[in-house]
Amino acid sequence: MKNLRTHIDTNEAVIHIRGLEKSFGNNHVLRGVDLDVYRGENVVVLGRSGTGKSVLIKIIVGLLTADNGYVEVLGKNLSKLDIVELRELRLRIGFSFQNSALYDSMTIGENLAFPLKRNKRNLAPKEIENSINEVLEEVGLLQTINQRPSELSGGQRKRIGIARTLILKPDIMLYDEPTAGLDPITSMEINNLINEVQNDFHTSSIIITHDLTCAKITGDRLAVLLDGKFIAEGDFTEVFEHGDERIQSFYDYNFIND
Amino acid sequence: MAFFLPLLVKTIYMAEKKEREYVISTKADSFFLDVYNVWLFIKQFFKELFSPPFEWKEIIRQCYNIGYRSLGLVSLTGFITGLVFTKQSRPSLAEFGATSWLPSLIAIAIIRALAPLVTALIAAGKVGSNIGAELGSMRVTEQIDAMEVSATNPFKFLVVTRIVATTIVVPLLAIYSGCVGMFGSYLNIAANEHISIKAFFQAAFDSISFLDIITSMIKATMFGFTIGVAGCFKGYYTTHGTQGVGRAANSAVVISMFLIFIEEMVIVQIVNSFRVTG
Repeated sequence: MKNLRTHIDTNEAVIHIRGLEKSFGNNHVLRGVDLDVYRGENVVVLGRSGTGKSVLIKIIVGLLTADNGYVEVLGKNLSKLDIVELRELRLRIGFSFQNSALYDSMTIGENLAFPLKRNKRNLAPKEIENSINEVLEEVGLLQTINQRPSELSGGQRKRIGIARTLILKPDIMLYDEPTAGLDPITSMEINNLINEVQNDFHTSSIIITHDLTCAKITGDRLAVLLDGKFIAEGDFTEVFEHGDERIQSFYDYNFIND
Repeated sequence: MAFFLPLLVKTIYMAEKKEREYVISTKADSFFLDVYNVWLFIKQFFKELFSPPFEWKEIIRQCYNIGYRSLGLVSLTGFITGLVFTKQSRPSLAEFGATSWLPSLIAIAIIRALAPLVTALIAAGKVGSNIGAELGSMRVTEQIDAMEVSATNPFKFLVVTRIVATTIVVPLLAIYSGCVGMFGSYLNIAANEHISIKAFFQAAFDSISFLDIITSMIKATMFGFTIGVAGCFKGYYTTHGTQGVGRAANSAVVISMFLIFIEEMVIVQIVNSFRVTG
């Protein structure tokens, strides 16, 4: 479990959410979510599939709009931003997709260059190349620069997905199921990478997962989402000593072999 | 229409909120919503088209992809159209001893109608389905969302560039197809009669007016725009996973072809009214 919390600045919430609600037709996914993420902190959002975990981070990055509630990211009220301001804000947020979402038609190098070329048009080719090499070294996949996403394994694609978000040096990282579909060893590598990113890039993160090992290793704080609300919050031990049967069963299923 | 449609759509949305099943009928409601959404899509296209930064490199890349890679198919269909149309027309004209009219007849048919129409149908099948499937698969694998969150405007990068490319390339392909079709026709005529290529083209172009060429180009441009819009709209808003990708590609082709024939009919009516008054 993580025990170094000195890097967290509890005076500054980089994400501040109050009373967040979101429905899809008659399906009320989020029913009044409150959450603060502090600078330098990794918050793990736990919950079963379909409980609205991914919806929460998609609202934070502006891919979905909330029906009700207040969402402030890096001091900006999302509901007040126009599309240009939202794009400026997105430059400071990295989003790692569950399926990596790498561009099939491009090589890994081109995938990484894409956000740079689009957003920092005055960068020289050499500077772009250096940035690509830097993030590929960070994720340990420098040798894949000329390969296509289809030639990589699931774990490698996840790493490249993370590298692509790191290239813009974000303040906030949002990870959607970073270890889903990976074997335990590769999952562990991804968990370690998430911690390295936190340390090396000084990011604050929300990690969406239902993998308790990932939660234990990467989370400074855990929040359990159930029935559209957070029902427990705290560090790993606090959450699983909460006494709620639903949380306990989640633990039992994850560590069924213990 | 511009007033009526938003009003109708608003009524449909309001009805949905109040959990009414439909306003006119489920299918009619969905049709009007689609028409309205396409209208919004085209409006956004023009808004993004004229706002910097301009994606010149991507437009050129798309023109290359759409144009160069369709050349083989367009050459073949253009050539066969010219050759077969000449072959089929010959007996009827021969009955009246009017085979010397073949070059004029073929020129009118190819330049006024066949070249833009056949090229557009080929492009709808090849390019429209390709765009629908490509954007559709990018949508379902969250690649479009990935562009969005990396502060890129995916509409400008993916949609505007493709629509501009089809609008530019389809008329060029139509010109090329017309030339190849005329050549195919010449080969058939030359096989039966002694005629030089110069005499053939002189006879052909004597019957063609400036209005014919301009109309043909306007038609091809509109067809190109339609193919781009249908492919991009269906692909960009794909839902329901891989099944949705197939559906997007398929409906991009069907809708493009349907609209191409409607446009053909409308433009011919308008141009004919010019001819009569002219």
